[in-house]
Amino acid sequence: MSNNTIISRLRLLYRSNSTLYMLIVLLIALTILLSILLPGRIFTLGNFQSMSFQLPELGILAIAMMITILSGGINLSIIATTNVSGIITATILTKFITVGSGNSFFISVIAVLTGWAAALLIGIINGFIIAYVGVSPILATLGMMTVLQGFNILYTKGYVISGFPPEILFIGNGTILGIPLPLIIFLVIAFIIGILLDRTPFGLSNYLIGSNETASYLSGINVKKVLICTYAISSLLCGIASTVIIAHFNSARAGYAESYLLITILAAVLGGADPYGGLGKISGLVIALFILQVASSGLNLLGVSTHFTKALWGIILLIVIGLRNIKLKK
Amino acid sequence: MTINDLFKKHEFYLFMVIISLSILFTIYTKGFLTLENFLDLLTNYSFLGIMSAGMLVVLISGGIDLSFTAIATISEYMIALVIFNYHGNLFTAFFISCFAGVILGSFNAFIIYYFKAPALIVTIATLNIFYGFIILVTKGRWIYNFPTWFREARNIYEFTSGNGTEYAIALPVLLLLLVFIITYIILNYSFLGRKIFTFGGNREAARRMGFNLFHMTIFVYAFMGLLAGVGAISHVLIVQTVQANAIVGRELEVIAAVVLGGASLAGGKGTVLGTILGVTLIAIMWNGLILMGISSYWHQVLIGLIIVISVISSAYSSRKSILGGAKIDVE
Repeated sequence: MSNNTIISRLRLLYRSNSTLYMLIVLLIALTILLSILLPGRIFTLGNFQSMSFQLPELGILAIAMMITILSGGINLSIIATTNVSGIITATILTKFITVGSGNSFFISVIAVLTGWAAALLIGIINGFIIAYVGVSPILATLGMMTVLQGFNILYTKGYVISGFPPEILFIGNGTILGIPLPLIIFLVIAFIIGILLDRTPFGLSNYLIGSNETASYLSGINVKKVLICTYAISSLLCGIASTVIIAHFNSARAGYAESYLLITILAAVLGGADPYGGLGKISGLVIALFILQVASSGLNLLGVSTHFTKALWGIILLIVIGLRNIKLKK
Repeated sequence: MTINDLFKKHEFYLFMVIISLSILFTIYTKGFLTLENFLDLLTNYSFLGIMSAGMLVVLISGGIDLSFTAIATISEYMIALVIFNYHGNLFTAFFISCFAGVILGSFNAFIIYYFKAPALIVTIATLNIFYGFIILVTKGRWIYNFPTWFREARNIYEFTSGNGTEYAIALPVLLLLLVFIITYIILNYSFLGRKIFTFGGNREAARRMGFNLFHMTIFVYAFMGLLAGVGAISHVLIVQTVQANAIVGRELEVIAAVVLGGASLAGGKGTVLGTILGVTLIAIMWNGLILMGISSYWHQVLIGLIIVISVISSAYSSRKSILGGAKIDVE
């Protein structure tokens, strides 16, 4: 093999993963910057621990958002779905488990599965409205979000449902070999969804629909079926996220994770997803999530106000979209 | 127009729904069909109505704006600033409020046009930026104790009925009327308005016809910002307080009203009359639910259901989706 081909191969490898490399460089730069600004405070064992408990909740929701963005749509109801699922699980847990009886494991399993089933059902309804009725994803999921949020407030009356058995608490707070369980759950999900998107007919169809729906339809892809699956998976992931969240807080209520909606979109776009659909990889999303988590912990330790942080996420999202556009023009 | 044409119109069905709901509420509640309730309703919904006219233009152009509530909040604080710190009058307050709206709306347009990004994602980002900064600067303070002249500016015409009840027509109602008339003229009788319909209906066609897409994007979002400013001064006039979380979170009510009125998120569709009926329907629903004594916990669920059902039915009736359009008949 001549020298030339090796270089061109390396160049090809770089080009096909350029977003990923850029993100890794950004993560390293951020790490160095924060270690200078906050010497001995940001990268401590305790902080790592708390970061690795926070990241999975946002991470699973970001994957849920990302797969709908890849299909050219968006799912604005992810937070509301998560809370519905959490509230249902919490209700079953608190109503049916009596202290001292040995049934808590069995009921915990039932409760979690019911929560997931509810989320899945919501996803199928979303997918049906979008694919078969032809409502735009924005309106369908925005409407669904309002209904679900209304339901959450109506049902809980703003109160918190709390008091779960140890089996559930372990999901949100336990560690296996020193690694937090939520982090393991997140990485497993990221791996499975990565494979699903990269290596299966469903994943490929999802990308194709995102880049050109009409062309996908004309080349024989069952667009409606794929879209229903996309929104069902997105919703199911919200269900899984809800289990982790309520287990972590030992409670469920209507307003958890409310501020995550913007950040999930930010994470997906920062991770290389095209906001119009069709492009983007889970690996990029995972690195983007690490960047956002480190940045948010850093801002928190620097004592920056949460309102400023929120504005900052918006600004960063705009900058990322702008940079993408400049790159595409080249 | 024949009777048959009338039955095909979306506005006709909307009108029938409003009439039947009104009859229902008149039968089951006390005080729904009174002049007092009517004027209250008109006053309280005037600022949402004003902003819905802006949303109509944005939706017709094929865009969407979620940040207008944050723009209106910034405008409200600007009004308070002008009145308290610079002893401005109603005219300067109005001007500054609209000016802030136009600037922030144009900012949205710049980003959407030059970054070629979906309007939804851009305006979700700017919603957070605008709202984050205004809370940061004002610390979410409530502002009240407006001067007497400002309180007196609220009503333009007052009268007392035979039995001694006092009625008032508020300035925001006049503004609402004016805004709808201007929007109607722009959309139906100006070259610009017809261009906006083309822009939303088929962007590529608009580009090939040589329309300046940048100017149109700026106009559409600046107009939304302007009406957010007009809505802001109306809201402050009505409630006489400035409060950070009074308007933010009500985006969906406005979008729902416009979509109920027959506008499509795909662009190129929508009428002023439909929007007026949409706002009326939402206002009547809300008012009726309160008068019937239904717990406020139910309101959001019901409004959400109405949005979902109306969106589904309008999509169902105009099933010209991309897939339908791609059907090829081979003989």
